[in-house]
Amino acid sequence: MVNKETLNQTALDVLKEVGNIGAGNAATALSKLVKKRLQMKVPSVQVVTFNEMMEMVGGPDESVAAIFLQIEGDLKGNMFFVLPIEQASLFVRQLTGSVKFSFQEPPYSDIALSAFQEMGNIVAGSYLSALSDLLQIQVVPTVPDVGIDMFGAIISYGLLEISKESDYAIVIDTEIIESYSNHQSESPIKGHFFLMPDTDSYRYILTKLGVATK
Amino acid sequence: MKTDENVVKVGIADMSYCKAPKKIRTSGLGSCVGVVLYDLSKQIAGLAHVMLPDSNLAKGKTMHKAKFADTAIVTLIRLLESKGVSQKQLKAKIAGGAQMFTFHTKNDHMRIGPRNVEAVKKALQRYAIPLVSEDVGGTSGRTIEFNPETGILLVRTVNKGMKEI
Repeated sequence: MVNKETLNQTALDVLKEVGNIGAGNAATALSKLVKKRLQMKVPSVQVVTFNEMMEMVGGPDESVAAIFLQIEGDLKGNMFFVLPIEQASLFVRQLTGSVKFSFQEPPYSDIALSAFQEMGNIVAGSYLSALSDLLQIQVVPTVPDVGIDMFGAIISYGLLEISKESDYAIVIDTEIIESYSNHQSESPIKGHFFLMPDTDSYRYILTKLGVATK
Repeated sequence: MKTDENVVKVGIADMSYCKAPKKIRTSGLGSCVGVVLYDLSKQIAGLAHVMLPDSNLAKGKTMHKAKFADTAIVTLIRLLESKGVSQKQLKAKIAGGAQMFTFHTKNDHMRIGPRNVEAVKKALQRYAIPLVSEDVGGTSGRTIEFNPETGILLVRTVNKGMKEI
Protein backbone atom coordinates (compact mmCIF):
# COMPACT_ATOMS: atom_id res chain seq x y z
CA MET A 1 0.00 0.00 0.00
CA VAL A 2 1.21 3.44 -0.92
CA ASN A 3 1.27 6.13 1.73
CA LYS A 4 3.08 9.35 2.48
CA GLU A 5 6.17 7.49 3.70
CA THR A 6 6.47 5.29 0.63
CA LEU A 7 9.11 7.28 -1.19
CA ASN A 8 12.52 8.03 0.22
CA GLN A 9 14.71 10.80 -1.12
CA THR A 10 16.57 8.60 -3.60
CA ALA A 11 13.33 7.23 -5.00
CA LEU A 12 11.94 10.76 -5.32
CA ASP A 13 15.04 11.91 -7.16
CA VAL A 14 14.90 8.99 -9.55
CA LEU A 15 11.22 9.56 -10.36
CA LYS A 16 11.94 13.24 -10.85
CA GLU A 17 14.55 12.33 -13.38
CA VAL A 18 12.05 10.08 -15.14
CA GLY A 19 9.69 13.08 -15.39
CA ASN A 20 12.53 15.29 -16.49
CA ILE A 21 13.57 13.09 -19.38
CA GLY A 22 10.03 12.24 -20.45
CA ALA A 23 8.59 15.74 -20.28
CA GLY A 24 11.77 17.23 -21.74
CA ASN A 25 11.33 15.12 -24.82
CA ALA A 26 7.64 15.92 -24.96
CA ALA A 27 8.20 19.66 -24.58
CA THR A 28 10.66 19.58 -27.47
CA ALA A 29 8.13 17.79 -29.66
CA LEU A 30 5.37 20.22 -28.69
CA SER A 31 7.61 23.17 -29.20
CA LYS A 32 8.35 22.10 -32.78
CA LEU A 33 4.70 21.41 -33.42
CA VAL A 34 3.37 24.78 -32.31
CA LYS A 35 6.52 26.76 -33.12
CA LYS A 36 6.87 28.23 -29.66
CA ARG A 37 9.78 28.20 -27.32
CA LEU A 38 8.77 26.19 -24.34
CA GLN A 39 10.41 25.63 -21.06
CA MET A 40 9.70 23.06 -18.44
CA LYS A 41 9.88 23.38 -14.73
CA VAL A 42 11.60 20.88 -12.50
CA PRO A 43 9.17 17.99 -12.13
CA SER A 44 7.47 17.50 -8.83
CA VAL A 45 6.99 14.00 -7.55
CA GLN A 46 4.40 13.66 -4.86
CA VAL A 47 2.45 11.09 -2.97
CA VAL A 48 -0.96 12.72 -2.77
CA THR A 49 -4.39 11.95 -1.42
CA PHE A 50 -7.10 11.85 -4.07
CA ASN A 51 -8.38 15.21 -2.93
CA GLU A 52 -4.93 16.75 -3.18
CA MET A 53 -4.79 15.36 -6.71
CA MET A 54 -8.11 17.06 -7.52
CA GLU A 55 -6.68 20.40 -6.38
CA MET A 56 -3.60 20.27 -8.61
CA VAL A 57 -4.84 22.36 -11.52
CA GLY A 58 -7.04 24.98 -9.90
CA GLY A 59 -9.48 22.57 -8.27
CA PRO A 60 -11.98 19.93 -9.41
CA ASP A 61 -14.32 22.50 -11.00
CA GLU A 62 -11.69 24.04 -13.26
CA SER A 63 -12.46 23.66 -16.97
CA VAL A 64 -9.55 22.10 -18.83
CA ALA A 65 -8.69 20.45 -22.11
CA ALA A 66 -6.96 17.15 -21.54
CA ILE A 67 -5.40 14.27 -23.37
CA PHE A 68 -5.74 11.02 -21.54
CA LEU A 69 -4.07 7.75 -22.32
CA GLN A 70 -3.55 4.53 -20.52
CA ILE A 71 -0.24 2.77 -20.51
CA GLU A 72 0.07 -0.94 -20.86
CA GLY A 73 3.01 -3.29 -21.24
CA ASP A 74 5.82 -3.54 -18.69
CA LEU A 75 4.82 -0.22 -17.22
CA LYS A 76 1.16 0.32 -16.39
CA GLY A 77 -0.53 3.52 -15.44
CA ASN A 78 -2.18 6.64 -16.74
CA MET A 79 -0.93 9.73 -18.42
CA PHE A 80 -2.60 13.11 -18.80
CA PHE A 81 -1.60 16.24 -20.64
CA VAL A 82 -3.72 19.05 -19.23
CA LEU A 83 -4.06 22.52 -20.70
CA PRO A 84 -6.26 25.53 -20.02
CA ILE A 85 -9.07 25.54 -22.60
CA GLU A 86 -7.93 28.83 -24.12
CA GLN A 87 -4.45 27.38 -24.61
CA ALA A 88 -5.70 24.20 -26.26
CA SER A 89 -7.82 26.29 -28.63
CA LEU A 90 -4.79 28.37 -29.53
CA PHE A 91 -2.70 25.28 -30.28
CA VAL A 92 -5.42 23.83 -32.46
CA ARG A 93 -5.79 27.08 -34.38
CA GLN A 94 -2.06 27.03 -34.97
CA LEU A 95 -2.00 23.40 -36.03
CA THR A 96 -4.91 23.64 -38.41
CA GLY A 97 -4.33 27.17 -39.64
CA SER A 98 -7.97 27.92 -38.98
CA VAL A 99 -8.81 30.92 -36.86
CA LYS A 100 -12.30 29.84 -35.97
CA PHE A 101 -11.65 26.75 -33.84
CA SER A 102 -12.31 27.00 -30.16
CA PHE A 103 -12.99 24.62 -27.29
CA GLN A 104 -14.91 27.27 -25.36
CA GLU A 105 -18.29 25.90 -26.33
CA PRO A 106 -19.55 22.75 -28.01
CA PRO A 107 -20.19 21.45 -30.56
CA TYR A 108 -16.47 21.14 -31.19
CA SER A 109 -15.49 20.55 -34.78
CA ASP A 110 -14.21 17.08 -35.59
CA ILE A 111 -11.12 18.54 -37.19
CA ALA A 112 -10.29 20.56 -34.09
CA LEU A 113 -10.77 17.53 -31.86
CA SER A 114 -8.67 15.27 -34.01
CA ALA A 115 -5.93 17.90 -34.34
CA PHE A 116 -5.85 18.17 -30.57
CA GLN A 117 -5.85 14.40 -30.22
CA GLU A 118 -3.01 14.08 -32.70
CA MET A 119 -1.04 16.72 -30.84
CA GLY A 120 -1.59 14.67 -27.70
CA ASN A 121 -0.51 11.55 -29.50
CA ILE A 122 2.77 13.10 -30.59
CA VAL A 123 3.51 14.79 -27.30
CA ALA A 124 2.60 11.87 -25.05
CA GLY A 125 4.34 9.49 -27.44
CA SER A 126 7.55 11.49 -27.05
CA TYR A 127 7.25 11.40 -23.29
CA LEU A 128 6.74 7.66 -23.25
CA SER A 129 9.36 6.73 -25.81
CA ALA A 130 11.95 8.62 -23.78
CA LEU A 131 10.78 6.64 -20.79
CA SER A 132 10.96 3.40 -22.68
CA ASP A 133 14.54 4.15 -23.80
CA LEU A 134 15.62 5.15 -20.32
CA LEU A 135 14.16 2.12 -18.63
CA GLN A 136 14.74 -0.33 -21.47
CA ILE A 137 11.17 -1.53 -21.23
CA GLN A 138 8.10 -1.88 -23.40
CA VAL A 139 5.67 0.97 -22.96
CA VAL A 140 2.44 0.53 -24.89
CA PRO A 141 0.10 3.51 -24.82
CA THR A 142 -3.56 3.31 -25.83
CA VAL A 143 -4.92 5.68 -28.45
CA PRO A 144 -5.26 8.98 -26.63
CA ASP A 145 -8.71 10.28 -25.80
CA VAL A 146 -9.68 13.92 -25.50
CA GLY A 147 -11.65 15.36 -22.62
CA ILE A 148 -12.81 18.95 -22.38
CA ASP A 149 -14.46 19.28 -19.04
CA MET A 150 -13.94 19.72 -15.30
CA PHE A 151 -10.46 18.77 -14.12
CA GLY A 152 -11.83 16.59 -11.32
CA ALA A 153 -14.11 14.65 -13.65
CA ILE A 154 -11.20 13.93 -15.97
CA ILE A 155 -8.36 13.21 -13.57
CA SER A 156 -10.51 10.81 -11.50
CA TYR A 157 -10.09 8.27 -14.30
CA GLY A 158 -6.40 8.16 -13.43
CA LEU A 159 -7.29 7.25 -9.85
CA LEU A 160 -9.67 4.35 -10.54
CA GLU A 161 -7.14 1.55 -10.71
CA ILE A 162 -5.03 2.93 -7.87
CA SER A 163 -8.11 3.43 -5.70
CA LYS A 164 -8.69 -0.31 -5.52
CA GLU A 165 -5.71 -0.71 -3.27
CA SER A 166 -4.77 2.66 -1.93
CA ASP A 167 -6.02 6.05 -0.87
CA TYR A 168 -2.90 7.72 -2.21
CA ALA A 169 -1.48 8.20 -5.69
CA ILE A 170 2.06 8.81 -6.84
CA VAL A 171 2.10 11.56 -9.40
CA ILE A 172 4.97 12.88 -11.47
CA ASP A 173 3.89 16.38 -12.46
CA THR A 174 5.83 18.46 -14.95
CA GLU A 175 4.73 21.94 -15.86
CA ILE A 176 5.63 23.58 -19.16
CA ILE A 177 5.57 27.31 -19.76
CA GLU A 178 6.38 29.60 -22.63
CA SER A 179 9.98 30.67 -22.18
CA TYR A 180 9.90 34.30 -23.25
CA SER A 181 6.61 35.23 -21.74
CA ASN A 182 7.36 37.93 -19.17
CA HIS A 183 4.16 39.92 -19.40
CA GLN A 184 2.61 39.54 -15.99
CA SER A 185 -0.82 40.49 -17.26
CA GLU A 186 -0.98 37.90 -20.00
CA SER A 187 -1.22 34.31 -19.01
CA PRO A 188 1.63 32.32 -20.53
CA ILE A 189 1.32 28.85 -21.99
CA LYS A 190 0.85 26.54 -19.10
CA GLY A 191 0.41 22.83 -19.36
CA HIS A 192 0.86 19.88 -17.08
CA PHE A 193 2.03 16.37 -17.79
CA PHE A 194 0.81 13.94 -15.19
CA LEU A 195 2.30 10.48 -15.13
CA MET A 196 0.55 8.23 -12.64
CA PRO A 197 2.11 4.78 -12.51
CA ASP A 198 0.06 1.99 -10.97
CA THR A 199 1.32 0.81 -7.61
CA ASP A 200 3.26 -2.16 -8.93
CA SER A 201 4.69 -0.14 -11.76
CA TYR A 202 6.39 2.54 -9.74
CA ARG A 203 8.15 -0.21 -7.81
CA TYR A 204 9.13 -1.71 -11.13
CA ILE A 205 10.53 1.61 -12.38
CA LEU A 206 12.56 2.04 -9.22
CA THR A 207 13.89 -1.49 -9.30
CA LYS A 208 14.84 -1.07 -12.94
CA LEU A 209 16.83 2.01 -12.01
CA GLY A 210 18.51 0.32 -9.08
CA VAL A 211 16.58 1.81 -6.19
CA ALA A 212 15.34 -0.52 -3.48
CA THR A 213 11.73 -0.07 -2.46
CA LYS A 214 9.83 -0.86 0.68
CA MET B 1 -21.59 28.24 -7.24
CA LYS B 2 -19.17 30.32 -5.27
CA THR B 3 -17.05 29.51 -2.29
CA ASP B 4 -19.17 29.91 0.76
CA GLU B 5 -18.75 29.23 4.46
CA ASN B 6 -22.24 27.84 4.51
CA VAL B 7 -21.40 25.02 2.18
CA VAL B 8 -20.02 21.73 3.40
CA LYS B 9 -17.65 20.34 0.79
CA VAL B 10 -17.28 16.65 0.18
CA GLY B 11 -14.15 15.33 -1.54
CA ILE B 12 -13.77 12.33 -3.81
CA ALA B 13 -14.28 8.97 -2.07
CA ASP B 14 -15.56 10.85 0.94
CA MET B 15 -18.85 11.64 2.68
CA SER B 16 -20.31 14.19 5.03
CA TYR B 17 -23.63 15.71 6.14
CA CYS B 18 -25.17 19.10 6.78
CA LYS B 19 -28.19 20.75 8.37
CA ALA B 20 -30.08 23.77 7.04
CA PRO B 21 -29.24 26.60 6.51
CA LYS B 22 -26.02 24.96 5.34
CA LYS B 23 -25.78 23.28 1.98
CA ILE B 24 -23.62 20.39 0.89
CA ARG B 25 -21.58 20.13 -2.29
CA THR B 26 -19.23 17.90 -4.22
CA SER B 27 -17.27 18.98 -7.30
CA GLY B 28 -15.97 17.39 -10.47
CA LEU B 29 -18.03 14.21 -10.67
CA GLY B 30 -17.04 12.31 -13.79
CA SER B 31 -17.65 8.59 -13.68
CA CYS B 32 -18.18 9.02 -9.94
CA VAL B 33 -21.69 9.29 -8.52
CA GLY B 34 -22.84 11.80 -5.93
CA VAL B 35 -25.46 10.27 -3.67
CA VAL B 36 -27.62 12.54 -1.52
CA LEU B 37 -29.73 11.04 1.26
CA TYR B 38 -32.00 13.54 2.99
CA ASP B 39 -34.82 14.02 5.44
CA LEU B 40 -36.78 17.15 4.55
CA SER B 41 -38.71 17.23 7.84
CA LYS B 42 -35.45 17.40 9.79
CA GLN B 43 -33.73 19.47 7.07
CA ILE B 44 -30.67 17.29 7.15
CA ALA B 45 -28.77 15.71 4.29
CA GLY B 46 -25.78 13.44 3.75
CA LEU B 47 -23.68 13.25 0.60
CA ALA B 48 -21.26 10.57 -0.59
CA HIS B 49 -18.89 10.84 -3.59
CA VAL B 50 -18.72 7.25 -4.83
CA MET B 51 -15.84 6.13 -7.11
CA LEU B 52 -16.33 2.40 -7.66
CA PRO B 53 -19.34 0.07 -7.74
CA ASP B 54 -18.32 -2.67 -5.36
CA SER B 55 -16.04 -3.07 -2.34
CA ASN B 56 -15.12 -6.51 -3.67
CA LEU B 57 -12.91 -4.63 -6.13
CA ALA B 58 -10.68 -3.57 -3.26
CA LYS B 59 -7.29 -5.23 -3.33
CA GLY B 60 -5.92 -3.89 -0.11
CA LYS B 61 -7.49 -2.55 3.03
CA THR B 62 -8.59 0.84 1.95
CA MET B 63 -10.24 2.90 4.60
CA HIS B 64 -12.68 5.10 2.79
CA LYS B 65 -16.10 3.47 2.97
CA ALA B 66 -17.47 6.20 0.70
CA LYS B 67 -15.29 4.97 -2.16
CA PHE B 68 -17.57 2.04 -3.02
CA ALA B 69 -21.30 2.17 -3.76
CA ASP B 70 -22.24 -0.75 -1.52
CA THR B 71 -20.35 0.40 1.56
CA ALA B 72 -21.04 4.11 0.98
CA ILE B 73 -24.83 3.88 1.17
CA VAL B 74 -24.98 1.89 4.39
CA THR B 75 -22.31 4.04 6.05
CA LEU B 76 -24.13 7.20 5.02
CA ILE B 77 -27.39 5.85 6.45
CA ARG B 78 -25.65 5.07 9.76
CA LEU B 79 -24.07 8.52 9.80
CA LEU B 80 -27.49 10.17 9.38
CA GLU B 81 -29.05 7.88 11.97
CA SER B 82 -26.41 8.99 14.44
CA LYS B 83 -27.70 12.54 13.81
CA GLY B 84 -31.21 11.52 14.76
CA VAL B 85 -32.68 10.67 11.36
CA SER B 86 -34.71 7.51 10.84
CA GLN B 87 -33.83 5.37 7.82
CA LYS B 88 -37.54 5.24 6.94
CA GLN B 89 -37.66 9.00 6.45
CA LEU B 90 -34.75 9.08 4.03
CA LYS B 91 -35.10 9.89 0.36
CA ALA B 92 -32.38 9.95 -2.29
CA LYS B 93 -31.23 12.03 -5.23
CA ILE B 94 -28.26 11.06 -7.33
CA ALA B 95 -26.12 12.61 -10.08
CA GLY B 96 -22.98 11.65 -12.01
CA GLY B 97 -21.90 8.38 -13.59
CA ALA B 98 -20.87 9.92 -16.88
CA GLN B 99 -18.77 8.24 -19.51
CA MET B 100 -16.10 10.87 -20.06
CA PHE B 101 -13.94 8.82 -22.38
CA THR B 102 -14.88 6.38 -25.07
CA PHE B 103 -11.85 4.40 -26.15
CA HIS B 104 -11.71 0.68 -25.67
CA THR B 105 -9.17 -0.95 -23.47
CA LYS B 106 -8.68 -4.34 -21.93
CA ASN B 107 -10.05 -3.27 -18.60
CA ASP B 108 -13.59 -2.09 -18.16
CA HIS B 109 -12.90 1.26 -16.54
CA MET B 110 -14.42 3.10 -19.44
CA ARG B 111 -17.86 1.82 -18.47
CA ILE B 112 -17.34 2.57 -14.83
CA GLY B 113 -19.87 5.46 -14.78
CA PRO B 114 -22.93 3.40 -15.74
CA ARG B 115 -21.79 0.59 -13.44
CA ASN B 116 -21.51 3.01 -10.53
CA VAL B 117 -25.06 4.23 -11.19
CA GLU B 118 -26.42 0.67 -11.29
CA ALA B 119 -24.64 -0.23 -8.07
CA VAL B 120 -25.89 2.88 -6.26
CA LYS B 121 -29.49 2.17 -7.32
CA LYS B 122 -29.20 -1.42 -6.19
CA ALA B 123 -27.90 -0.36 -2.79
CA LEU B 124 -30.73 2.19 -2.42
CA GLN B 125 -33.26 -0.52 -3.21
CA ARG B 126 -31.71 -2.84 -0.66
CA TYR B 127 -32.33 -0.26 2.06
CA ALA B 128 -35.73 0.71 0.62
CA ILE B 129 -34.78 4.33 0.09
CA PRO B 130 -36.90 5.96 -2.63
CA LEU B 131 -34.94 7.58 -5.45
CA VAL B 132 -36.74 10.88 -6.03
CA SER B 133 -34.73 12.18 -8.96
CA GLU B 134 -31.53 11.60 -10.87
CA ASP B 135 -29.27 13.23 -13.43
CA VAL B 136 -26.96 10.45 -14.52
CA GLY B 137 -24.99 9.20 -17.51
CA GLY B 138 -24.05 11.32 -20.49
CA THR B 139 -20.54 12.47 -21.21
CA SER B 140 -20.18 15.57 -19.02
CA GLY B 141 -18.66 16.20 -15.62
CA ARG B 142 -20.93 17.55 -12.90
CA THR B 143 -20.73 19.62 -9.74
CA ILE B 144 -23.68 19.24 -7.41
CA GLU B 145 -25.06 21.14 -4.44
CA PHE B 146 -27.93 20.08 -2.24
CA ASN B 147 -30.09 22.32 -0.11
CA PRO B 148 -31.65 20.35 2.79
CA GLU B 149 -34.19 23.12 3.38
CA THR B 150 -35.81 22.85 -0.06
CA GLY B 151 -34.71 19.38 -1.14
CA ILE B 152 -33.39 20.83 -4.38
CA LEU B 153 -30.27 19.39 -5.96
CA LEU B 154 -28.45 21.86 -8.15
CA VAL B 155 -26.43 20.28 -10.97
CA ARG B 156 -23.82 22.27 -12.86
CA THR B 157 -22.03 21.10 -16.01
CA VAL B 158 -19.35 22.96 -17.95
CA ASN B 159 -21.40 23.57 -21.06
CA LYS B 160 -25.03 23.07 -20.19
CA GLY B 161 -25.18 25.43 -17.24
CA MET B 162 -27.23 24.76 -14.12
CA LYS B 163 -30.29 22.68 -13.58
CA GLU B 164 -32.38 21.70 -10.60
CA ILE B 165 -33.56 18.21 -9.93
